[in-house]
Amino acid sequence: MRALMNQRFLTLAVLAVVIGILPFVFPSSYYFRVASLVWVSALAAIGLNILMGQAGQVSLGHAAFFGIGAYAVAIGPVHLGIPSWAALLLGAGLSALLAFLVGRPILRLKGHYLAIATLGLGVLVALVITTESRWTGGPDGMPVERLTLFGWRVSGSYTWYWVTGGLLLIGTWIALNLDDTPTGRAFRALHDSEVAAQVVGVDVARFKLQAFVIAAVYASLAGSALAFMNGFINPDQAGFLHSVELVTIVVLGGLGSVVGSIVGAAVLITLPQVLTVFHEYEHLLLGLIIIVSMIFMRSGIVPTLSSLFLRKARS
Amino acid sequence: MSILKAADVGISFGGVKAVDGVSFSVSPGQILSIIGPNGAGKTTLFNIVSGVYTAGRGTIHLAGEDVTGMAPHRLAARGLSRTFQNLQIFQRMTACENVMVGRHLREKCSLFPALFRLPSVTHQNRETRAAALDLLAYVGLKDVADVPAGSLPYGACKRLEIARALAAEPRVLLLDEPAAGCNAVETEEIDHLIRQVADRGVAVVLVEHDMKLVMKISDRILVLDRGRPLAEGTPREVRDDPKVLEAYLGQHGAREAARA
Repeated sequence: MRALMNQRFLTLAVLAVVIGILPFVFPSSYYFRVASLVWVSALAAIGLNILMGQAGQVSLGHAAFFGIGAYAVAIGPVHLGIPSWAALLLGAGLSALLAFLVGRPILRLKGHYLAIATLGLGVLVALVITTESRWTGGPDGMPVERLTLFGWRVSGSYTWYWVTGGLLLIGTWIALNLDDTPTGRAFRALHDSEVAAQVVGVDVARFKLQAFVIAAVYASLAGSALAFMNGFINPDQAGFLHSVELVTIVVLGGLGSVVGSIVGAAVLITLPQVLTVFHEYEHLLLGLIIIVSMIFMRSGIVPTLSSLFLRKARS
Repeated sequence: MSILKAADVGISFGGVKAVDGVSFSVSPGQILSIIGPNGAGKTTLFNIVSGVYTAGRGTIHLAGEDVTGMAPHRLAARGLSRTFQNLQIFQRMTACENVMVGRHLREKCSLFPALFRLPSVTHQNRETRAAALDLLAYVGLKDVADVPAGSLPYGACKRLEIARALAAEPRVLLLDEPAAGCNAVETEEIDHLIRQVADRGVAVVLVEHDMKLVMKISDRILVLDRGRPLAEGTPREVRDDPKVLEAYLGQHGAREAARA
């Protein structure tokens, strides 16, 4: 218990220090931008990891909620005349509601069937965003009004670095909190054995739904943050490839590991930037690196390395 | 006064009557064993009673309430708990966490306090963990409390399942082959454990192949054969029933046994 508490504190402290120190080594605002992208993706991935890594339910359409969050802050101020911060909350609320309504029937499905159902959800939302061009600007996307909080206009990559970093810290804190609570244990229990969880009284349907809604809200908030940061959005944010990217981050970093999602996001976002020096081989190398790391670090980067480290420390 | 009562329960899988017209009842503090050859429908009966399967016919009453077809987690809330023949432990959780999940119904489980880790959550966690450690000590697993359950030996997992089932403070406990794969010493321990649990007023229904164990601790025995009830009575009555011998050993074997 004590060890666990310390571990939680330590994780948060290390993350805060990393976020705090990076600006001192960043040579240009481009680096701040990439780092903010990492923080945002990590936030979405942490949420998805609660669903996939903790509760063991896959979602191949998670970018749908990311897209809803992003488009909420774009559409809200322009078409509905509501302030940006309220649009952010509205987006999160809508995502939660959609997850709740859709999750009820589809979370009865298991494994591949659930994957396809969530995939369908993702495709559907992306389709709506692309075709309702009167509201969303269609395939071309639309501009997003800058976020203004209490008269403070939040803009610039430097500012957004801190805002997204702060959001990530909060998101990490909440995800770590959840782990050692009745809810977190219920998630992990139904992941390992649904029937055993049921017979000790865990309402499996309810907890799957909770995990789905939590993951949806995380993705929605991350989507809103990205939209504010970029000042522009397009339907790709809600598309299938983005869903796959989120799943890849979670699996690559380590299912069930909060830190894993952050590391996974860092690797998957920065690697393409680094690999641009190889020009046309960029995607080939990216694919190869992902394959090789999955072969050699089967349970994900962070769980594999930490168990290796623990074994070294013991021997 | 029976707490769990099954009446004329049956279920078919694709025309095969896996359980057919089985009735039994068990009172608080009593141990009822269900025995029978492989494929007799013992585990299927357990699955019906614990809500994992829905009975095709018949009714099940728990503490006077009709609970036929009720979902397992609702049955658990009404005081029914069980273990599994094929281990169903939470492999990736520690032994202690496994038992803590067993306390699920005794915990307040609201989402927002959990997300923000309010003091009430921390406080409750401490209590749950203490209760779980007590139970682990009770089944002799205190030393491995913080070991991932997936790396525990088989016998320990069996006892872990019992501890987890007990954590829910059940009124009725269904044990599906608790001694399977355990050595003589471990079986002895489980024997004590079951007796103690029953003495605390829990109604125990036991499926077990270890006849020595069954004969020793059962108050009553129900014998199933190919889904149908074959005999019911005290251990002595059942042991001397020629029909039971026949089901276990075949006609020829029963004649041999009678001569021996």
